[in-house]
Amino acid sequence: MKAIVTVMLKNGVLDPQGRAIGHALSGLGYPGIGEVRVGKRIEIELAETDPAAALAQAEEMARKLLANLVIESFKVELA
Amino acid sequence: MRAAIVVFPGTNRERDMAIALRLATGHAPLMVWHKETTLNGIDLVVLPGGFSHGDYLRCGAMAAQSPIMAAVRAHAERGGHVMGVCNGFQMLTEAQLLPGALLRNAGLRFLSQDCHLRIERNDTDYTRHYAAGQIIRAPMAHGDGNYFADDATLDRLEGEGLVAFRYTDTTGAVTQEANLNGSQRSIAGIFSPNLRVLGLMPHPEDLVDPLMGGIDGLPLFQSLASA
Repeated sequence: MKAIVTVMLKNGVLDPQGRAIGHALSGLGYPGIGEVRVGKRIEIELAETDPAAALAQAEEMARKLLANLVIESFKVELA
Repeated sequence: MRAAIVVFPGTNRERDMAIALRLATGHAPLMVWHKETTLNGIDLVVLPGGFSHGDYLRCGAMAAQSPIMAAVRAHAERGGHVMGVCNGFQMLTEAQLLPGALLRNAGLRFLSQDCHLRIERNDTDYTRHYAAGQIIRAPMAHGDGNYFADDATLDRLEGEGLVAFRYTDTTGAVTQEANLNGSQRSIAGIFSPNLRVLGLMPHPEDLVDPLMGGIDGLPLFQSLASA
């Protein structure tokens, strides 16, 4: 079973990388570029076969290591 | 003051730190590999600068999970001194030994230059040899030094006098221009509530000898040596 953890900076936390990408997209001539936010996608192969347990395990991993909850939020899905 | 410096894969400022500690205390600090699990007989633990574990995931995130960190945490909980500089400050926030986080510099650039710091208080084991309000020069070298915490945490840090250093101009004024990395409230370093754990982004260990271009950082180590 594969867990997909998406980590994003929380709203209100400055994302200078996203802002720079937004500037670059505007520079390429795309009109109407609003806020751009950059995150991380982490895919984890799990031996666990029970979906609920796999989700719980991936959520624990996200809390312990994958996301820093001071500045980031995360979402866990199964693939 | 018996000091230990923890070395992680990717640490690169441990020798500068050792020079500064040796100069001030008269003893060579113990170098401790991050896979060790004990810190017996140590008064001060230093987490030095560098790029531990290649800054993968987030700066300091992997190091915060290293085997030695349980001993560092226990040392801090016993009231021991722990100082994290640059990457070490990032580790302390990742390990939640200090609040907040260090974000990418607001201007996105890696900053390798001198900055000026205001000593916010001198009644601590780290700053006794400075004057309160003194302005010192310190080198900085980081890509992720933009201190962030929520407003309640920032208010608490300020209210309890736990801001150790702020970025200022040469006259001591807190300005946007002097706040090179965009830190909240120009915070360059913070203390734990018991004033024993210190995290800061700039490198006082790199200005401890006239041959380095100045000795602005030396009083910090002299303060520790006499603590």
